[in-house]
Amino acid sequence: MAVHKGRGFACINYPIGMNLGGDPSQALVHSTPDGKFKVTLSAIDLGQGMKSVTRQIAAEALGVPIADVHVDTADSDTGPHDMGSFASRGTHRMGNAVIRAATEARKALLEAAAEELEVNAGDLETDGRGNIQVKGAPSRSITVEDTAVAAQFKQGKTIAGRGIFLVPPSDADPNTGEMSPVTCFAHAALVVDLEVDDETGEVSVNEINSAYEVGRALNEKLVEQQLIGGAWMGMSHALYETTEPYYPSREHGPGDFVEYLQPGPGNIANHNIAVLERPAEDAPFGGKGPGEMCANPVIPAIANAVYNAVGVRCDSLPVTPEKILRGLRANGGARPQGRV
Amino acid sequence: MSSIEFRKDLFADERAEDLNEIGKPTIRQDIVGHVTGRSKYFDDHLFDGLLHMRCVRSPHHAARIRSVDTSAAERMPGVRRIIRPADVPVNLNTLLSLVDFGRDDEPLLSGENVNYKGEPILAVVAESEREARDAAAAVRVAWDERPHVLEIEDALKPDAPVVNAEYPNNTFDYYDLYDHQKLRFGDVETALRQADRIVEGEYRMSPIEQAPLETCGAIAAPEDNGRYVCHTSTQALFFSLGVTAKLLDMPSARLHFVGGTVGGGFGGKVDSQHEPLAVLGAMLTGRPVKYSWDRSEEMQVGAPRGAERWRIRDGVMNDGRIVGREFTGFFDSGAYTRLSSYAVVKGTGHLPGPYTIPNVSSNVYCVFTNRTPATAMRGFGITGVDYAIECQMDKVAEAVGANPIELRILNAYRDGDVKAHRRFAKNCALIECCQVAAQKAGVSLSSQAATASSRTGGGIGWRAEVPETATDDAGRIGDRRRKEIPPEPGGGATNHGRVRAGTMGELVEAAAVQDADMQIDPTRIGHSVSKAVKPNASAQAPPARQAVASPQMRDARPAAQMQTAGDHQPRPPAQPAPSAGQASQPADKPERIAKRSAVSRFITGTRRR
Repeated sequence: MAVHKGRGFACINYPIGMNLGGDPSQALVHSTPDGKFKVTLSAIDLGQGMKSVTRQIAAEALGVPIADVHVDTADSDTGPHDMGSFASRGTHRMGNAVIRAATEARKALLEAAAEELEVNAGDLETDGRGNIQVKGAPSRSITVEDTAVAAQFKQGKTIAGRGIFLVPPSDADPNTGEMSPVTCFAHAALVVDLEVDDETGEVSVNEINSAYEVGRALNEKLVEQQLIGGAWMGMSHALYETTEPYYPSREHGPGDFVEYLQPGPGNIANHNIAVLERPAEDAPFGGKGPGEMCANPVIPAIANAVYNAVGVRCDSLPVTPEKILRGLRANGGARPQGRV
Repeated sequence: MSSIEFRKDLFADERAEDLNEIGKPTIRQDIVGHVTGRSKYFDDHLFDGLLHMRCVRSPHHAARIRSVDTSAAERMPGVRRIIRPADVPVNLNTLLSLVDFGRDDEPLLSGENVNYKGEPILAVVAESEREARDAAAAVRVAWDERPHVLEIEDALKPDAPVVNAEYPNNTFDYYDLYDHQKLRFGDVETALRQADRIVEGEYRMSPIEQAPLETCGAIAAPEDNGRYVCHTSTQALFFSLGVTAKLLDMPSARLHFVGGTVGGGFGGKVDSQHEPLAVLGAMLTGRPVKYSWDRSEEMQVGAPRGAERWRIRDGVMNDGRIVGREFTGFFDSGAYTRLSSYAVVKGTGHLPGPYTIPNVSSNVYCVFTNRTPATAMRGFGITGVDYAIECQMDKVAEAVGANPIELRILNAYRDGDVKAHRRFAKNCALIECCQVAAQKAGVSLSSQAATASSRTGGGIGWRAEVPETATDDAGRIGDRRRKEIPPEPGGGATNHGRVRAGTMGELVEAAAVQDADMQIDPTRIGHSVSKAVKPNASAQAPPARQAVASPQMRDARPAAQMQTAGDHQPRPPAQPAPSAGQASQPADKPERIAKRSAVSRFITGTRRR
């Protein structure tokens, strides 16, 4: 009886946005009288950071400090329509809608500032710190706050914008499956190192080395939390989770977290991540969205690593100790395959 | 310890690092509220006189409801209302009616039959959750058990019991034509015959619980002016609002949905099971009503990631090149459609994974069985088949004695390659991910693999051409009720056809910006990524109106370009015929019942037929 080391590899790509389109998102942006900006949406923050990433996108597109932007979501009486937070569509679709809304609001902002400075709006730029200045002559400037006050109370103008982003719906062909599923893909590859105990069938994942290509990483910390959390979820799917342990039988279904197994803090593997950023042409600032895809490569990489360790093919999820022990028995014992 | 690095050196020429806010590790707008317990989730909205709802559920996989006796339950303390199927104004829905895909097949409360264990038949509204639970337990139901089917391929047998009355063949109907979604690209049968070896595998995935820490739920209350507010854990505010307006047959203007802060959602909170019942409860009692699942309901009644089964047959050359790949896939949808029909199409668009393979085919089925309906979950339509593909790649590497990472790089898709769904690849980065992951793990690669690039070597020769494609008419709706038919591509076909090489429509891209004022200055977006590579003239897209032209066999009439099986001459795989650069022959305008259109037919809350 022994503990066998194994290494497995997997790589994937992942479609960003609702398959075959037809999933619009809208955004509204407006300035308060003192030059702070409200972004009004009906998008949902599931913990993935929807409010935060749209806030950064709005600040970047407006050209104002992030502290001056607040995202308000989701109230159907005030937030315009959005299809929802699923299909890795949140950042891509809503991010683009927010850029458009913020861009229209920025145009109004610069026009109001141009009137105050008595220059052409095309000659103005924002410094990202709350000022609007003449290109090449930064001493000729006005604050965003003063601009908003002047627009509202002196000029009688709004500083607001609307945005929508839609990939129009299309069909798949019944006979060939021809279709335009999505417009951009995220990518990932990873190597899993683990150990398999051939007496108990237990698997311990020791280390993951990964590379995730997510387009532009819009917020480094939000990307990191998605990748760490997603890898945990992939590990959990691979080794622990199911509502029907003897599928297709419905017996032994768990009813709580005592019976429904997931890895605990002691089971979390060290995870060394590299983030690659290849911007996508139609994505907001090139960012694709890492949310869904990050769990996917972990599952087959673990299955492949178990095979590498003991020679048991894991063709059925989850890869439980019972399945490994049955495989070992069928093979007449462990058959280490040699490290990759 | 864990670590993270941002490899700014890679693709650096495609990015500008001149953005102010984008890329920064800015702290979350809502984090202080989350860690101090001040963020408001749906259940943090307090109402005086709040009522609680519990459902009476089926204990059987399949049964007819002979009679329901609520007399004891109605007399129990605290009970304010028992909601019956007849109280639901429009008691039949399918989630994807929002995008006009599929037919209404699922009642909110079932009145005649139940098709899975846990299916709701009544909702009890009471002053406290305890009283609602006790009253639900006191409802007496006489059931006539019916035969059921739980095994996914048993459900496809001719004598399998009918699970879902709307789809009596136990499969979702695709395009009013087939009982599955087809993918046909090149000629897999011939490719497999000419390959050095065949590698086969079957991969299975059990259902998985969504496991959000916050279980699904909603609180609805009467507002002024005949309106109802609904605080909800939904992942899709207007999706849930639309479903509620439809089931309750009310104008959406009378609904005020509030959400946006959700305690974890992985797809299951799109299902909109709670909002319609909570609002209906508020309408019928005139009081605030809360309906949420407890943990055991979340795990056994809440829709899981459905089970999947995939079979893959690969034709492989001794140097590791995969020249043909065939898939047979099954999504276990449970008793109703929810969103599984959509996962099938999404999964089909994903095949054959991130690889350029000259001949690909698949049949993918959305199968109804007598289990809890499955729904979307993180990686929907992709997670299961990625598991299958990547385990299969490991088997292929073993079969030809290749390093598994080098095998992936050898077969990886690159910019300009044409994919099996007949669109060009762009913005690829699989090879670079493989190289970086190998480097981090200390795996040394051959110089060829280590210097490969997603940006070079793609879009050349056969890699950029749509091959002549073998098609078939197997698996028409209802065929499997008459006799057993192999589910694999081509199994049981009576007609075979060929689609000309080069048949390819145009990529559907985002709608143009509505107003020039909304178009961001291209110097302010941080990148200047060129359009997708369109490598040679022969692969130029035909006009969009011919995008879906292919041998159509609607109305059981073989179209002109269809040939019988014996007539066609197989072509060698991986060497597509020289393309004439012509569009395919125009086909009749497809008539589809299960179709997608731009506009929801009930977003205003009234059903349009």
